[in-house]
Amino acid sequence: MSILHTVNKSTYERDTLEACVRLAAKGGSVLLIEDGVYSAMSGGNKSSVIENAKDLSFYVLGPDIKARGLGEDRLIDGIKVVDYKGFVELTVSNDSVTAWL
Amino acid sequence: MKFSIQVSEGPYNHESSVTAINFVKAAVEAGHDIFRVFFYHDGVNNGTNYATPPQDDMNIQKTWSELAAAHDIDLVVCVAAAQRRGIVDEGEMTRNKKDGMNIMDGFRISGLGQLIEAGIESDRLVVFGD
Repeated sequence: MSILHTVNKSTYERDTLEACVRLAAKGGSVLLIEDGVYSAMSGGNKSSVIENAKDLSFYVLGPDIKARGLGEDRLIDGIKVVDYKGFVELTVSNDSVTAWL
Repeated sequence: MKFSIQVSEGPYNHESSVTAINFVKAAVEAGHDIFRVFFYHDGVNNGTNYATPPQDDMNIQKTWSELAAAHDIDLVVCVAAAQRRGIVDEGEMTRNKKDGMNIMDGFRISGLGQLIEAGIESDRLVVFGD
């Protein structure tokens, strides 16, 4: 049973990413969308949350990075960039989807 | 695969309505079926036809309506949330003695049971909100 977790707010605004990472089961996937993409940048206030979560796979929505003028070169190592097609594929490859709102 | 979508945030608020639209488009392009989109809380404001955004801006409500027509998608607005926010169809207009109605083409007003059914009938329920 694998779960895709979506997080749509940054760690500067909410603690949903921290709650998600704390509670997600091993092998789960986390997709950062909307303002959540700020948390994918290295050197952020809570970068260690992602850097230390070795049991989870992290993805970020490319169009939302671009919309904010952020560079993919600044992403935390290991985060994969997906487009909307990739977003849909993640919802298919996992058994269910949970939005951390 | 059969998808249903829940939208809990109003249009032109943050971004979730547009994210949901982009997701629906990508899912349809990949050959998936969208069984239902359920609009809950402020999300019901996606279903008004009284909005007039600037012409060079995205018309979110109209985009939903066009998507529904093109791909036969059931757009359902939560009745209790709609009554609080003034989203009115013919039945609500009559029942609550309103002067007019503002439900967008392709949307219908119904109850929370429709969300539960969507969750049961669909392979995936994807939630977008605030």
